[in-house]
Amino acid sequence: MALLEVRDLHVRLAGSHVLQGVGFDVPEGAVTALLGRNGVGKTTTLRALLGLVPAEGRITFAGEEITNEPTHRIVRRGVGYVPEDRDVFSTLTVAENLQLARRNGSGRFPYVYELFPELKQRGAQAAGTLSGGQQQMLAIARALLNENRILLVDEPTKGLAPLLVTEVARALERVCEESTVLLVEQNLGVVRRVAEHVVVLDTGRVVHAGPARELLDDRDKVHALLGVA
Amino acid sequence: MSTVVLLIITGFGLGAMYFLIASGLSLIYGLMGVLNFAHGAFLTVGSYATWYTETKLGGISVAPRFVLAALVGLAVGTVFAALVELVLIRPLYGRHIEQVLVTVGLGLCVTALASAIWTNDAKFVSLPRWTARTTGVLGASIPNDRWLEIATAAVVLFALQLFLRRTRYGLIVRAGVENRAMVTALGIDVRRAFTLVFAIGGLAAALAGVLSALYFGTVDPQRGTSLLIFAFIVVVIGGLGSIGGTAIAAVVVALVQQFANYYASSGMGDLSVVLLLAVVLLVRPHGLTPAAAT
Repeated sequence: MALLEVRDLHVRLAGSHVLQGVGFDVPEGAVTALLGRNGVGKTTTLRALLGLVPAEGRITFAGEEITNEPTHRIVRRGVGYVPEDRDVFSTLTVAENLQLARRNGSGRFPYVYELFPELKQRGAQAAGTLSGGQQQMLAIARALLNENRILLVDEPTKGLAPLLVTEVARALERVCEESTVLLVEQNLGVVRRVAEHVVVLDTGRVVHAGPARELLDDRDKVHALLGVA
Repeated sequence: MSTVVLLIITGFGLGAMYFLIASGLSLIYGLMGVLNFAHGAFLTVGSYATWYTETKLGGISVAPRFVLAALVGLAVGTVFAALVELVLIRPLYGRHIEQVLVTVGLGLCVTALASAIWTNDAKFVSLPRWTARTTGVLGASIPNDRWLEIATAAVVLFALQLFLRRTRYGLIVRAGVENRAMVTALGIDVRRAFTLVFAIGGLAAALAGVLSALYFGTVDPQRGTSLLIFAFIVVVIGGLGSIGGTAIAAVVVALVQQFANYYASSGMGDLSVVLLLAVVLLVRPHGLTPAAAT
């Protein structure tokens, strides 16, 4: 059964029709990768799911419609978000960033510190002074601090050095083992490691949906849909 | 020497008022992106509520009467500011032009209403005798009300820092100044923080209204508007959303104004402040300490 159902989703931003009837399902307990060339609407799709941009259409989460619900209410239903540009609060310390993200109770601090031990050591450091990789870990840790039913993860390896890509991908693999994830990712190596399903967007429309391996093993199709060999 | 001391301490007293108005203005803009032109109205409402209450409290000696009236003024200013956010600003989030129109209109309305009900004449406030006396410092006779203004602003600065650094709502405000959308994406209803910040801004502005009654000995309908102009300059110089920067800028603006008025000519103070603003905008366009609510 699908945990998240998206039907006929339209988003218009600054006079541009960015999403033109996007529809797909995210099955519970699996990782679905949202793929596509730059600028096809992947990030906008995640932002529309979270209510960060106004959208038309129908978004159903765990059987209830959440289209255009206020963002904080959608998140409190159990939706974690790791944004494209990390968006850590640079003037707050690492510990304050995590405290802010804690929604209820004590938060899963032991879990996130086990996953990213460096964050514990750097608790008093301003998040803006962290390296790109450390900021990415903080952004992921922030989403993992609460028990979420689904994680929306937007390009977690973007702009990272190869060594850090491996580190983040390893953490992501562990996260994906226990959560439903909708992942936007350009790095097909990472997609191959974690994703079971793929949805491919092109100019604001879904042009392919199916098992991840089926697409990734077909080099011609990958080239045609994503423009990479 | 005594003149310099007098100018410095009087400058600090005036700076205290600028800080109280500007701190709320700065937090409101930093967190919510709202240029609140009605902020002077919070001062007017607070000062008139204080004066009106004082006139109605007969049979009590001056000092406790003033304190009671000031508490009523602060409460009225705070509630008024929270209501303004809930009723007028909340439906207009993200609509900046409409926000400007509504807040400018409200500022004008409150001034006009006060003038219509109580005339344009300044109203004398009965103040505790101690405030009218002076204290000698290095040969200068400093009016005692200046100490009260400076101490109040210092306490407010400390309390605001404590709020921002030690409370969850303070954390939300600091984060919201940086990236409001991301705060909501963490599941936080940032609108509650908006109302709280407006209420805090209203409280501080009403406090400035009470202190301006001490400083000038009167309340009048135009004072909120005239002090608001300098408060905006303080906010821009201090850095939008920065409480520390606002405190420094308030003192600098007030001192420049006092010294220019005395050593150049009366009226040069206002011009000097505008020149100072121009220099800061050229050298540090984002103010002394930009985009950090601390």
